[in-house]
Amino acid sequence: MNARLLFVLVLWPFAALGQGFSGLGTDADGFATPAPGYAFSFPADHAAHPDFRIEWWYLTANLRGPDGTPYGLQWTLFRTALAPGEEEGWRSPQIWFAHAAVTTPERHFAAERFARGGIGQAGVEATPFRAWIDEWVLEGPDFDHLRMTAQGPDFGYQMALTAQGPLVFHGDAGFSVKSVEGQASYYYSQPFFRIEGTLSLPGGPVEVTGEAWLDREWSSQPLSERQSGWDWFSLSFADGHKLMGFQLRQTDGTRYSAASWIAPDGTLTAFPDGAFRARPLETHRVAGRDVPVAWQVALPDRALDVTVTALNRDAWMGVSIPYWEGPVTVTGSHPGIGYLEMTGYPEE
Amino acid sequence: MLLAFENVKKAYHDGSGAIPVLRGVSFSLDAGQTLALTGDSGSGKSTLLHIAGGLEAADSGHVHVAGQEVTGLDDRGRSDLRRSQIALVFQQFNLIPSLTVAANIGFHAALSGRDDPARIARLVAALGLQDQLHKYPEALSGGQQQRVAIARALAARPKLLLADEPTGNLDETTAADVIEEMLALVAMDGTGLMVVTHSAKVAARMDRGLRLTGGLLE
Amino acid sequence: MTATPEAGAVIGAPHRTRPRMIGPCLRALLSHWRRNPLQLFAFLAGLALATALWSGVQAINAEARASYDAAAATLGEGQYDQLLPRSGDRIAQARYVALRRAGWLVSPILEGRLNGVRLVGVDPVTAPAGLGGVSIAEEPASAVLGPSGRLFADAETAQRLGDLVDITVDPNVAPGLAVGDIGAVQALLGRGDLSRLILLPEQPLARPALAEIAPELLVQPSSQSADIAQLTDSFHLNLTAFGFLSFCVGLFIVHSALGLAFEQRRGMIRTLRALGTPLRFLVALIAAEMLALAAIGAALGVLLGFLIAAALLPDVAATLRGLYGAQVSGSLQLRAEWWLSGFGLALFGTALALAGRIWRVARMPLLAGGRPRAWVAAHAARLRLQAGAALALLAAAAVLAFLADDVLTGFVLLGCLNLGAALALPPIAERVSRMLQPWRRTPVWRWFWADTRQQLPGLSLALMALLLAVSANVGVATMVSSFRLTFVAFLDQRLAPELFVRVETAQESAALETYLLGRGLEVLPLRRAPAQIAGLPARLMGVRVGPTYRDNWTFVAADADVWDRVEAGSAVLLNEQLARRADLWPGDVVALGEGLSLPIAGVVGDYGNPTGQVVLSHAVFERLHPDRFARQFGVRTASPAALRAEISAALGLPANAMVDQAVVKTASLRVFERTFLVTDALNLLTLGVAGFAILMSLLTLADQRVPQLAPVWALGLTRRQLGGLELLRAVVLALIVYLCALPVGLALGWVLLSVVNVAAFGWQLPIYLFPYDYALLGLYALAAAALAAAWPAWRLARTPLGALLKVFSNER
Repeated sequence: MNARLLFVLVLWPFAALGQGFSGLGTDADGFATPAPGYAFSFPADHAAHPDFRIEWWYLTANLRGPDGTPYGLQWTLFRTALAPGEEEGWRSPQIWFAHAAVTTPERHFAAERFARGGIGQAGVEATPFRAWIDEWVLEGPDFDHLRMTAQGPDFGYQMALTAQGPLVFHGDAGFSVKSVEGQASYYYSQPFFRIEGTLSLPGGPVEVTGEAWLDREWSSQPLSERQSGWDWFSLSFADGHKLMGFQLRQTDGTRYSAASWIAPDGTLTAFPDGAFRARPLETHRVAGRDVPVAWQVALPDRALDVTVTALNRDAWMGVSIPYWEGPVTVTGSHPGIGYLEMTGYPEE
Repeated sequence: MLLAFENVKKAYHDGSGAIPVLRGVSFSLDAGQTLALTGDSGSGKSTLLHIAGGLEAADSGHVHVAGQEVTGLDDRGRSDLRRSQIALVFQQFNLIPSLTVAANIGFHAALSGRDDPARIARLVAALGLQDQLHKYPEALSGGQQQRVAIARALAARPKLLLADEPTGNLDETTAADVIEEMLALVAMDGTGLMVVTHSAKVAARMDRGLRLTGGLLE
Repeated sequence: MTATPEAGAVIGAPHRTRPRMIGPCLRALLSHWRRNPLQLFAFLAGLALATALWSGVQAINAEARASYDAAAATLGEGQYDQLLPRSGDRIAQARYVALRRAGWLVSPILEGRLNGVRLVGVDPVTAPAGLGGVSIAEEPASAVLGPSGRLFADAETAQRLGDLVDITVDPNVAPGLAVGDIGAVQALLGRGDLSRLILLPEQPLARPALAEIAPELLVQPSSQSADIAQLTDSFHLNLTAFGFLSFCVGLFIVHSALGLAFEQRRGMIRTLRALGTPLRFLVALIAAEMLALAAIGAALGVLLGFLIAAALLPDVAATLRGLYGAQVSGSLQLRAEWWLSGFGLALFGTALALAGRIWRVARMPLLAGGRPRAWVAAHAARLRLQAGAALALLAAAAVLAFLADDVLTGFVLLGCLNLGAALALPPIAERVSRMLQPWRRTPVWRWFWADTRQQLPGLSLALMALLLAVSANVGVATMVSSFRLTFVAFLDQRLAPELFVRVETAQESAALETYLLGRGLEVLPLRRAPAQIAGLPARLMGVRVGPTYRDNWTFVAADADVWDRVEAGSAVLLNEQLARRADLWPGDVVALGEGLSLPIAGVVGDYGNPTGQVVLSHAVFERLHPDRFARQFGVRTASPAALRAEISAALGLPANAMVDQAVVKTASLRVFERTFLVTDALNLLTLGVAGFAILMSLLTLADQRVPQLAPVWALGLTRRQLGGLELLRAVVLALIVYLCALPVGLALGWVLLSVVNVAAFGWQLPIYLFPYDYALLGLYALAAAALAAAWPAWRLARTPLGALLKVFSNER
């Protein structure tokens, strides 16, 4: 794949966000835009929304092997559209790409895939649920019972997932604001998956179990043009609570943050800009960049003050648009585990 | 002492072995003195002159020029010595054919950084070269060419002038004129002069004479 | 000698004196050129000519190769393995999706023709190199992807497609090719399927066998895909050989040009040394001066080379297009690889020659020692050394001739042969003139040869250059002409049927055969299928054995009753490429698949074809591939044009489905004429350069000549006679060189045809001799030498009496 082409495909929407009109039904190119008060409808909303510019099915998991070794796993399918709507064959404006990764304390394996829409090489269907690109799949009779595979040249996995709790909706009942200008997305998660299966690693197969977190998000305007990257945390604490928090780094040095506090029963409390704080404690040089690999994370409203540390500091996704994504351990007021994603750290 | 040879030996080598040319030569020359070196063909007089001028190196012994030990110098040292202290005049004149007479005369002085237009003008006048300055050497007679060579040598204000058969390519009258002019100029500056010659007339005009026979001074 | 460190210090600060010396010394060195502008011209012209020849050939090669590279990069050919259909040339799009969803990472390609333009559709999202070298990122993705996406082509091709489609002009796309999104190309061609699939180099951990998902596809390894490159390489080999040899000639000429400059300024260098210029300083100054002049000469040469290439390239492009269907742009771009290499040659050659000269200057006595006898002895020693080196090199060449089985060794062999021959020349010339001297008793004759011997050391480099030039020309002429003869015979064999008809469907095939047989014509249907033979990719050719095959086909190796056995289905033929690669020869048995094995009855020459072929009878073919119909028919007829019209009328076949072979043959032959034009032009240039080397050497010697000739003149030869003898000497020496060069050239031709060609392409070209061409080359060589000697001889004939007299007046 031509990396520059992908850059054009994927980053172009970001640049086109100057207009920043939220609340209107469509933007200048005819794409639908998110609006508050949307009534989600399932299982239909698990499938693709081709009228929106960009969408993803983003699964991360914290796993343990039989000997207690911690592992991380990622399965992500992205959809991006050159124009709204779907059509048959090469006429389709939809482009799909996907990332898969397995992180061990010592190594990090990653692979990516690309596909055109319209010809059946990739897609997402609701009933039965099926998201696929090439031979990578995430599918099941319903959204609570899924099986998942992916592989690269030197790794692979086969997993089974069972939901232990309800879907949760971020922001204002699933309307998640991403900037003070009002850019927003539809955003819900299934953070309660039990997961088990087999990792195929160079040293041989490893049976693993753990918990997984699936994010669903779609929008036509995910970032403001003065936002240079984001730091996103999904943390699961030993007491059964969970936290999703992100901060969008802005070119003037300020941050825009948001967070969701999820009780063990699935009750979600959304926190506005500024409530969630994340401060880098330590950076690590990876792929020519200085990336924070230890964070101080605080949500004072919930008396949360923890240190988040990468399991493997080199969890670099060296794909067409590279970023850092890997499992973390949490210590401090609320010990636990989780996942960290960081984008937009420039190469020096 | 301007020039001193102490037991200088030199041999050439060919396929059959060493052929000794100088077999222990000692003599000295003071500033302002003139010296004629005579000897039969092959007696080693040119070799002696070349060693004095740093063109060749002695096998053993010591050579001093203007207080400077020449024997141990490398090519750079000997070149520096030649450029700054010594001037040479050859039988074949050795002018640079593509430079004008004026450029030829100024050449050695320019090399040694002693470019002195007034001095050059005096030399040109003394040697009667005023009308030849813009010509090329090939257009000059042998006597004129040798005068150019003498002007070039003295323009650099050398302490020691070495002349190898300077009149060898000149007719008798011209030769006598050139020698007289050269002696007059040398006397003016107090330059030491050693002339290698097979001409008794030339030799007789020098303060002293040395004769080389079989690689030894008589 | 013991160095005293203090000594240097007393002399003063030499470092500060250096810059002061630069001015006068440089002025003195350069004044030589001002006084002798002709010598400056000769020096620059020599360098420029050598550089021009080299960079001209390089330019042609680089340009043609760049065109292929563009094509190969665009199509991913040669770099990647591919999946091809076992039969036909189409793959269903659903099969592509099925493969991807099974974990086979492939990328689709669709190829077709429209208005004579080759359209290639790729999927930029999955293709390993996007759209090849095409600058897609400058276009918004939505303008490229999809059925109405833009195509990319060079200006000429864009024009041919007209307003059928939006085109972005991109000079990086190979000529005759338009590239675009697969959706756009499908829409243009009105197709919904694919031609082939590129297999990406990195595949996932686990995937099912190909046979489980797409049994109708087979993997074609990457090395087998780059047809164009392999084919055209045989033409480029011709040019590369020329380039290589012109490089040698160029080195010689640079060497002699530099030698001239040094020789003429020997006296000045001595004087500068005597006046106290240190050796290292002088050497550095001269090196800088020479390299600067060489850079100027090289720049002129590159310019000249560009003009040469620009003049020849259209012919070369036409040759390649006609010969192999390879598209080469007829226009030239300034490419760094060839102008840099031209510069490199000039500077490297100058540096090399400088090193030798400086070595000598460093050892030169400060005053003219004049020990001629010692010098002659040194020359004799050098001759012995040269003869020894020449023998060693020629022996190495002889050994390599038996061992060489790759292109590199082939070129090393060429190098040994050339260098050995060049080094052998001076000892041989010396021996010849020594032998000829006592042959007649007249004093002039004897003096002539003695004088010739005396001149040889000064001329030997130039004579070596001439030897290399002549032998290169003989070798390349042999190669090109042999290639032509062989190829023409091959064309006669393969294009024997007067009319060729192509059909698309089985119905058309059956109807055509019935129709032609009904008219009582000899019909040669041809069925083809891809196959793996002895583990190598090859093509099965099912033929109906008839008189045409029996009369026209020639064999590289064959048993008795070849065609009878093939017709009976009891044996097959292999083409030479396959026979050599698999080492299968008549008598061996070859497995054809489906449990069928047959002995080989013969091996046929199959020039210009990279793929292996197995020729078998229709009956045998039928057993292996019952579903394959004949897509191509050869027809023997006295009136192809009429038959063509009748077939068209009776069966409704389009006119372009039928090819009149006479037309093809004429076109192919015309192509060879162009090849010859190029070869001839390069021949003359090489000889011109060698002639220049001679001229330069004679000029170098000219100053020494007057004293040498004066005694002869005094003894009663006129100046005109002397001039005439000088001219004659050049011609006689050129003749000696030519006689030496002829066997070397033939050996060169043999190496090119039988060693390098086999190593590079897998087939051996029979060698033919062309005495007439060689004689002509000899005349050229003599003419070049005579022309080169004319001016020095003329100058000699007009030497002022005074100059001759001066020789005596200078004598003491």
